[in-house]
Amino acid sequence: MARVVMVTGVSRHLGGRFAQLLQADPDITRVIGVDVVPPKQDLGDAEFVRADIRNPIIGKVISRAEVDTVVHMAVLATPVGAGGRATMKEINVIGTMQLLAACQKAPSVAKLVVKSSTSVYGSSPRDPAMFTEDQEPQALARSGYAKDSVEVEGYVRGFARRRPDVIVSTLRFANFVGPVVRTALTSYFSLPVVPTLLGFDPRLQFIHERDGLEAMWRATLEDRPGTFNVAGDGVLTLSQAVRRTGRPSVPLPQPAAPLLGQVMRRLGLADFSSEQLRFLAYGRGVDTTRMKEGLGLIPHYTSAEAFDDFVRGQGLRGPLSRDSVTAVEQRLLDVVTHGGARG
Amino acid sequence: MADARVIPIDGDRPRRRASTASAADAVAAGASRASGERARGRRSSPLLAGADPAGTSLSRSRRTSGTRRTGGTREPAAADAGREPPPPADPLSADASDGTDGTDGTGGRPPAEWEQKAAAALAFLRRRLTGEVEVDEFGFDPELTDAVLLRLMRPLYDRYFRVEVRGLENVPSHGGALVVANHSGTIPLDSVMTQIALREHHPARRHLRMLGADLIFQTPFVGEVARKTGTTLACNADAERLLSKGELVGVWPEGFKGIGKPFSERYKLQRFGRGGFVSAALRTGVPIVPCAIVGAEEIYPVIGNMRTVARLLGLPYVPVTPTFPWLGPLGAIPLPSKWIIEFGEPIDTTEHGPGAAEDPMLVFNITDQVRETIQHALYRLLMDRRSVFF
Repeated sequence: MARVVMVTGVSRHLGGRFAQLLQADPDITRVIGVDVVPPKQDLGDAEFVRADIRNPIIGKVISRAEVDTVVHMAVLATPVGAGGRATMKEINVIGTMQLLAACQKAPSVAKLVVKSSTSVYGSSPRDPAMFTEDQEPQALARSGYAKDSVEVEGYVRGFARRRPDVIVSTLRFANFVGPVVRTALTSYFSLPVVPTLLGFDPRLQFIHERDGLEAMWRATLEDRPGTFNVAGDGVLTLSQAVRRTGRPSVPLPQPAAPLLGQVMRRLGLADFSSEQLRFLAYGRGVDTTRMKEGLGLIPHYTSAEAFDDFVRGQGLRGPLSRDSVTAVEQRLLDVVTHGGARG
Repeated sequence: MADARVIPIDGDRPRRRASTASAADAVAAGASRASGERARGRRSSPLLAGADPAGTSLSRSRRTSGTRRTGGTREPAAADAGREPPPPADPLSADASDGTDGTDGTGGRPPAEWEQKAAAALAFLRRRLTGEVEVDEFGFDPELTDAVLLRLMRPLYDRYFRVEVRGLENVPSHGGALVVANHSGTIPLDSVMTQIALREHHPARRHLRMLGADLIFQTPFVGEVARKTGTTLACNADAERLLSKGELVGVWPEGFKGIGKPFSERYKLQRFGRGGFVSAALRTGVPIVPCAIVGAEEIYPVIGNMRTVARLLGLPYVPVTPTFPWLGPLGAIPLPSKWIIEFGEPIDTTEHGPGAAEDPMLVFNITDQVRETIQHALYRLLMDRRSVFF
């Protein structure tokens, strides 16, 4: 049973909320949050240790506090907050290596929960419709978050091999959406005009932030070893998602897309890396049978509901929002029926 | 043990402390709080769906109920906003079941048929514009397929190719089945026509879910339309997933070898892939329905292949026909051949037992059996046919 829990990446939104949650649990005596920067949100009674997981000092924190559960949420998805891709990679890969090395040396550690991503499956036209946890990606990620996630999972597997007594849960999350959470994808959907790729309408899956936290919670407090895909039921196509925001979309021909991506990144508007472009062309779906049976998580929000909650929560509006379209429809209907009554 | 604990995700304690949480978050988390209020006295978790029957039923009914509930429930309006009754199967001809409040103003007069149609069309447009369409996990959009894509192709089916369908009774009305057919005609019109035949003429109006090559999904527009009309990648994972969900799956195992073959080799079946479709059927225990399509070979008689152009464009072939590319876009008009689509007797796969898919010899034998069946059916239909065009 978990008593002293260490959460890495606690200064970011999900990490912070998760630390709060753990703190509220009576069975957990201590929650130690670790991050490079001080948290922006109140962590409540959780302790905060300002430490870089790239630094061996993390080992001292673990052994002194006799941490028994390590929750690793410090894998960054975008280079925007980290200050460049090189730093991001350093935090993600070297940070994980250091953390796992420290865990391996600490006899108190009995459980490791890793927040990973479904981006480890990549995106390609040769993908099966729904990836199960055992399926290999068709195209190996060459850059960015996806590559980092693949490497992080590799190190986690190595750790699990060397410390078979530790329960290791790897959660591969679909894209987080919700009223509060901010990711590259949410800032993409928040653009006033959403660029899409001409002739492609990928399938997307979302996980509501609340369901995502519940998944982390279950893996942390219960013994759920293994790798799990975590996503809301169903899929939403990109065109549907954009229409639900009410914003217009501009389809761009594929050759022009990387150029636009560079401009967007320069302006800091949204992350448009090459893996993101592949994702916007081919999309991805993951099978969640194991999540429901092995992790026991039945998400409260389907992918579509989670996305709607994001649109409502962040107050996204546009000329094609639902109420304005419905109003136009009503007006046209009135014309049709009244015209019909007269004629 | 952990199940009997309040998990305050978006709940009360951390929320009061968290200064950064916005009001919007609080509204959105209302659903959880509502169920939390109900459950609080019992100190059981509203979030552990498996642990709290009240919480489960709430979340379940919230998701599955198609109709808007008014009053009585403790859910915030926000959770139900944006929910509409499920779209009718054929939105352009079905009753205008939603968005027809405007007809109330006509004083009890039953709305004229065209008004209903207009209302249904408007509702259809609204659903498309607001993105409230049901799409399954493969990206299949049944509403769009029926209302637009199949509707556009139906004149081609009825008038142009005058497709004659035989043996529809061999296609099961429910449950999974694998339709295996010969491939021809340069562009896969044969799959579209088979899809229409099963959707429009089969008593159970079944959707045919097709398996396509990865080139389809790589190509802009083609891939998008293919996914929306029910095609998915031809791989064992997808085939088995569809079949075990009880879908009717169509496969053209000759692939590009069949569809792009020269006119001189018409109606000669090519190699049937690696027999992956047979192992998928064996694993899921569904019958294989052999299907012979006559007429598609003649729509674009391929007399040559521009190999260099094909290599430059990354395509498997670029055909030369008597009219293409000489007449430009006019050459893309297919010849009006007369088509026959015949579904043969289903081949049972359950008799071989569950481990049969692991026996390559058996898989090869069944593959050959299916191939022979289709080849014989083709020869028989060709003898039957009076001429290519009538």
